[in-house]
Amino acid sequence: MENVLGFVALACGIIVGLGAIGASIGIAIMGGKFLEASARQPELMNELQTKMFILAGLIDAAFLIGVAIALLFAFANPFVLA
Amino acid sequence: MAAEGQAPTASEYIVHHLQHQQMDFAFQSAKQTSIVDFGVFNLDSIVFSSLLGLLALFLLWTGARRATSGVPGRWQAAVEMLVELVDNQAKTVIHNENSRRFVGPLALIVFVWIFLMNFMDMVPVDLLPQIWSVAGPALGFKDYLRVVATADLSTTLSISTMVLILCIYYSVKIKGLGGWGHELFTAPFGSHPLLWPFNFLMQMIEFVAKTVSHGMRLFGNMFAGELVFMLIALMGGAWALSATGIGLAVGHVIAGIVWTLFHILIIVLQAFIFMMLTLIYIGQAHDKH
Repeated sequence: MENVLGFVALACGIIVGLGAIGASIGIAIMGGKFLEASARQPELMNELQTKMFILAGLIDAAFLIGVAIALLFAFANPFVLA
Repeated sequence: MAAEGQAPTASEYIVHHLQHQQMDFAFQSAKQTSIVDFGVFNLDSIVFSSLLGLLALFLLWTGARRATSGVPGRWQAAVEMLVELVDNQAKTVIHNENSRRFVGPLALIVFVWIFLMNFMDMVPVDLLPQIWSVAGPALGFKDYLRVVATADLSTTLSISTMVLILCIYYSVKIKGLGGWGHELFTAPFGSHPLLWPFNFLMQMIEFVAKTVSHGMRLFGNMFAGELVFMLIALMGGAWALSATGIGLAVGHVIAGIVWTLFHILIIVLQAFIFMMLTLIYIGQAHDKH
């Protein structure tokens, strides 16, 4: 039983950690491109900003799904034989 | 386990707050027996989503009812801005005027309804559950209440499944049953008969992936947000119970402010993304290959 809890705790950490790496790198690359594009064409800055927020929501999706699953394991663990 | 009458431990508090008011189809209290259990439904999600849907319709109706073509009042101006926003998005994505007559208002109500359901996350975490812990058992219900309907996977997946059904409907309507069937077996790889199974497999994977990601994105954001609010409330509760210095209380207030501000952005953004993807998926159903 303690083994299961220990493994679940590790699993939650790995899910959130690896997901955060992917999401952060994705947002960073997209943000960098947005800044470059704004510097090249400042008149497009507002439209691009709208699109940027939409893309941020899409990039964060997989990460947040992982966080939701990890939090579910942390608090309402389906593997615990209650 | 805490004894009766003692304050619940942190895990118990959170586990208690994460339970839905579940009923089976005989309207008796039941608990789901596995992750996917079609014999129970979440009564609290159904009630909250229905009430908020009616509220969304009512708000938009009041904006349209007293619409004048002269100088608009503030509410009419607000509703007009919202309708124009959705209409512009619909025009860029869906090129068929006939479809837009239905899909435009669909996108509008999806946006307003999901925004209202998400907004229930802004209500203080314990407010409605505390009222329910008194009122519920008195009415014969169990003491479980989940307020945010979009933090329930069944709600978000059901909305995205409806979008999938609409996509299939529009695919058949625009391309015809034969045209859609042809596309199922010949896109995206090619029309050689050897490729038919792979094309069909890819199409099925695409349907499942789009629908599941559409629903789970909204669920993940709202569930994580709600859970962080509960954890912040636990910080305040722990201070109130232990009273060891002011650190926890200050941390509770600051964390609460920061997370609320961030979550206000997430609420609007996720509703907008859900609406955009609805429009994009239905627009994709209009494309011929």
